[in-house]
Formats: sequence, C-alpha cells, structure tokens
Amino acid sequence: MNRLPAVALLAVVAAVPWLAPNDYVLHVAIMMLIWAFAYTSWSLMGRFFLVSLGHGGFMGIGAYGTVMLWNHFGVSPWLGVPLSLVLAAFFALAIGIPCFRFRITGHYFALVTLAFAEIVRLVIVALRDHTGGSLGVTPKSALVDGASFSLTALQFADKTVWFYVALAVWLGGLAIWRAFDRSMLRYALEAAGQDEDAAAAIGVDVTRSKLTVTLISAVATAFAGALYAQYQLYINPETVSGIAISLQMVFAVIAGGMFSQLGPTVGAVVTLLLSESLRIFVGHDVHGLDGTIYGLLLVLFIIFMPDGILGKLHALAKRWSGGVGPATAGSRRAVAGPGRAAADEAGPSPP
Amino acid sequence: MSRFRSGPLLEVRGLTRRFGGFTAVRDLAFSVHEGEILGLIGPNGSGKSTTFNLIAGTLRPTSGSIRFRGQEIAGLGPAAICHLGIARTFQIPRPFRKLSIFENVLVAAYYGHGGDIDRQQAARIAGEVLESLGLPRSPEARVDGLGAAGLKKLELARALATRPQLLLADESLGGLDERETEQAAELLQRVRDERGVAIVWVEHIMGVLMRVVDRCLVLDHGEKIAEGLPSEVARDPRVIEVYLGSGAAAVEAGVAGGERHA
Repeated sequence: MNRLPAVALLAVVAAVPWLAPNDYVLHVAIMMLIWAFAYTSWSLMGRFFLVSLGHGGFMGIGAYGTVMLWNHFGVSPWLGVPLSLVLAAFFALAIGIPCFRFRITGHYFALVTLAFAEIVRLVIVALRDHTGGSLGVTPKSALVDGASFSLTALQFADKTVWFYVALAVWLGGLAIWRAFDRSMLRYALEAAGQDEDAAAAIGVDVTRSKLTVTLISAVATAFAGALYAQYQLYINPETVSGIAISLQMVFAVIAGGMFSQLGPTVGAVVTLLLSESLRIFVGHDVHGLDGTIYGLLLVLFIIFMPDGILGKLHALAKRWSGGVGPATAGSRRAVAGPGRAAADEAGPSPP
Repeated sequence: MSRFRSGPLLEVRGLTRRFGGFTAVRDLAFSVHEGEILGLIGPNGSGKSTTFNLIAGTLRPTSGSIRFRGQEIAGLGPAAICHLGIARTFQIPRPFRKLSIFENVLVAAYYGHGGDIDRQQAARIAGEVLESLGLPRSPEARVDGLGAAGLKKLELARALATRPQLLLADESLGGLDERETEQAAELLQRVRDERGVAIVWVEHIMGVLMRVVDRCLVLDHGEKIAEGLPSEVARDPRVIEVYLGSGAAAVEAGVAGGERHA
C-alpha cells in the first residue's frame, strides 16, 4: 500500500482550520467529520447486509443521555458519555439478541430497527418536561465569566478545538473499520451475510458474530450522537434521532459506498455539500425540495451505482488498469476463464 | 486418543422427526464406526436429508437420541456440532461468493474447531486442504471460476478444514455426470483413507456408491428398510421393490443413476 496519498490527504484535512476562510466553513467541516464517523459506524454492520434503520435511535440515546445526565444530575460528560454508551449497548443487545436468535434478517430486521428509532424519538418527545420535547434542549453552559472552555463540561467555544476532536474521532472510526476489515470476524460475517446455514455448518456462531458487530456499531453511533450534542450545544429529536436520521445515514452510505473504508466519509461529504448548497441557493422557499432531491438521488444510486461513488471509482480504476495486468486481475482471469473475467471485474453484484 | 475408546463414533437411537402431521423420520437407529463409510440411500422423500439435518443440528429431533463419541448432541445448534467434530456438505454447493476460494476455506479452518487456533494456523490448514483437493491456493482465486465439480470440491474443502472426525456428505442432486461422480467417490475414499474421517454418504442413486461404501443403510418413508453390506442390500427384495420397482437388474448393472437423476 502506498501511504503517501493518505498522509498528504490527512495533512490537508488537518490544515482546514487555517485554510477555512470563516467559521461557517469550519463548522461544515466539523459536521462532515462527525457525520462521517456516524456513517462509518453504521457501515460496520451495513456492509454485511445487516441493514439497520434504527441507528437514529442509538444516536439519540448518545446525545440525549449525555445532555440529560449533565443538565439534571450534573454528571460530567466524561462520565455521562460512557453511561450513555452503556445504555446504547443495552438496547443494541435488546434488539440484537431476539432478532439474531430467531433469525429475523433482511427487511424484517430493518423494520424492527426502524420501530426502535421511532420509539426513541417518541420517548424523547413524550418526556418533554425533562427533554424539552420537540423544541429540543441545550446543555447547561459551563462557560461562565467569559471562559472559553470547560474541561469538566467538555464545552469549547473555539471551533478549532472541536475540529481536532472530531478529526481524532473520525480517524478512530476509520481505525475501527480497518481493524475489523482485517479480522476473522469480518470473514465470518461476510459468510453469514450470504448464507447463514452454510456459515453455521462450518462452525461460525452466527448470532454471536452479528451481536458483536451490532454492539460495536451501535455504541460508536451513540458516541457520534454525544459528540454532536457537545459540539452543537443544541439537540432536538428530529436532528439526532428518529426515522429521518436513520434514513439519512442509509442514504449517505449508499451514495458514498458502504463496502470501502472511505465510502461513508465520501457519503457524508457529498450529502452535506448537497444539503448545504440546497439550503443556500434554494433556501426554504420550496418546502421539501431537499428531501425530494435526496429521494430521487437515492433511487438513482440504488439503480445505477449500488456500490456507491467510491465503489464505482474502484471498479473503474480496476477496469482501466486491467489491460496492464496487476497481479490480482491476472490471476483472476486465469482461474475464471475469459468469459467470466469481464463480469468479475465489474465488482460485486448488487444485493 | 480415540483409538482407546470402544463403541461407535456416532450412535443414533429412536430418532424421530415430525413436521406437523407428517413423519419424515420414524424411530431410526443406526451407528457409524470410526473410519467407516456408511452409505445412506433411499428414493426422493425417504428422509435421508432430514436425518442428515438432524445429525448436523440444522433440525431438532422430535424425539430420540444422537450420541457422538458418547456425548448427546441432539438439539445442539449446527455451529456447536461442527465444533465437536461433525462436518457436513450441502447437496447443492453453497459457497460464499463474496469471499475468495481460499477465504472460504480459511473461515472454516478458523471457526470450525471452536476458534482454538490462530489465523496463521488456520491459513496453513486451509492451504493444506486446498492443495490436497487440487483447488487453487492463491488468495485471489475466485469462486466464480469454479464449475460444478469444483464447487463440490470447495464444499468438501470447507468441511474438511473444520477437521472433522465425521463427515456428512450430501451427494444427492449433485448435478455431476458419470465421470464426475466417479471422481467424487474416489475423493471421498481418499479422504477416509488419508484423514481417517468417517463418512456418512447420502445419495439417492446406488451405482457408484455401492462400490465405495463399507456399509449401506436404506431408508424409505422415513424408516430403515435394510442395512448391511452393499452386496447384501442390493439383493434385498424390499430394497429392490421400493427403490427400483421393476428395474431390479439395473441395480446390479449399476447404471440406474442416469435415468433416476432427473
């Protein structure tokens, strides 16, 4: 692997606070990193066709858990975040154990998780006396007397600090992806995702493998929610939980490509740029336009680019370099025979 | 270690499985000894696959006992049964197409024995199994390049990589021609000879199987109708009646496979 482009890219990303002309650009960059981390977390399980429409719920638990503990009990996020993650883990198990044991997969799994996301949102709204309901809630400010930061409350007035926190978290997400990608668990899940019976027959504990990845994915997503709340200092049920956020994750990941490490990040960048430019250039005059365009694009992506932008680029790159004959393509052709090689290089078939 | 133990490797007693009002397997009893190849045959719908799935843990028995090396395994899940040392193949190969051939076998080697080995050891086992079956060892070789016979081999490779003591080989509906069936039979024989793995071979044609198996068990309507040496079973009038109807001569000729296969 050539590390040079990666290092160069990282250097450019790390320089964003100095390159950014104003706070708005920096803000968008921070949001991109936070969402990129959330989408990467979703894809940890999504790539094995464990399609969860409930990650909005986990995100909401992370965000609201942290803020509620701080506002009502004065628990510092240093403790509040881990507690919220434990809560998210509990719900991940509560959904995962019955679903995986009774082999609720595919669309049915998606529906169960969809219900979960909505339940979390409804609970937040119903507990309006404590959560602020649909109006949202603001963590109590710890920045008194003109202080620019509070370590106990994890509040920083300076966006640059947040940028580097978000950058570190995003890199952490990529590292988890990478570690996972190289683990045997990935092969087990790849196998189970395609054929549960055959995977079980060779000794893969399908239920446990799925639970493990669901747990990691849910906890990481909840962490993204907590980060979002701490950075934005304002959350409401629509922006961190519920079906809308769940669908937003799925769309971004499908657009970016859920089978490659940077796919979800590309998805985050593309969708945020899209929604921000729609907001700026179209504004709110045409109500629901951004949603309509999202929906249309999703349909187009699923039909024409099921592997997402990055997946498509990978496939194209492979086709162009195919003539030169890198080791993989060459040996594949030798095994596959002439007829199959072309089809093979088009990448994995859509689900 | 197993050398010092007496008794059969697998002992099935009173095995029954009902699906609603239909009894697929009724009060079945048989045993498999170490290093033995047992042929499990019968016409379509005779309960072979159900028996097979009951032993492999894919189905739970309604009643009865299945003991493997003296341990009761009835009701355990397929992964647990695999960890104990029973591997299976599926009648229609079920490869993981998104994984390479090597990775298919690697997963089996790693998880097949309960995850007691590290990745390097698993890779070594996978490589050895692929080599012995004549499959490509290259980490990139794709499943898509394999034909029907190759997929069968991959199925077998995956099963063997779990290091079983008993292999349940479902060869019915294999979609193989005469020559490929011969090769599959030789392969199973080699597996037994080289690895000392006992094999239950499920087949619904009698031809090739009769030359390879040590003993034969014939099922019909979920019940055992004959058991014994292949030569005895093939002459058994009940077998001839239920299995071939009037085509008794075809059994001895061993060519029944062609017509019955469809």
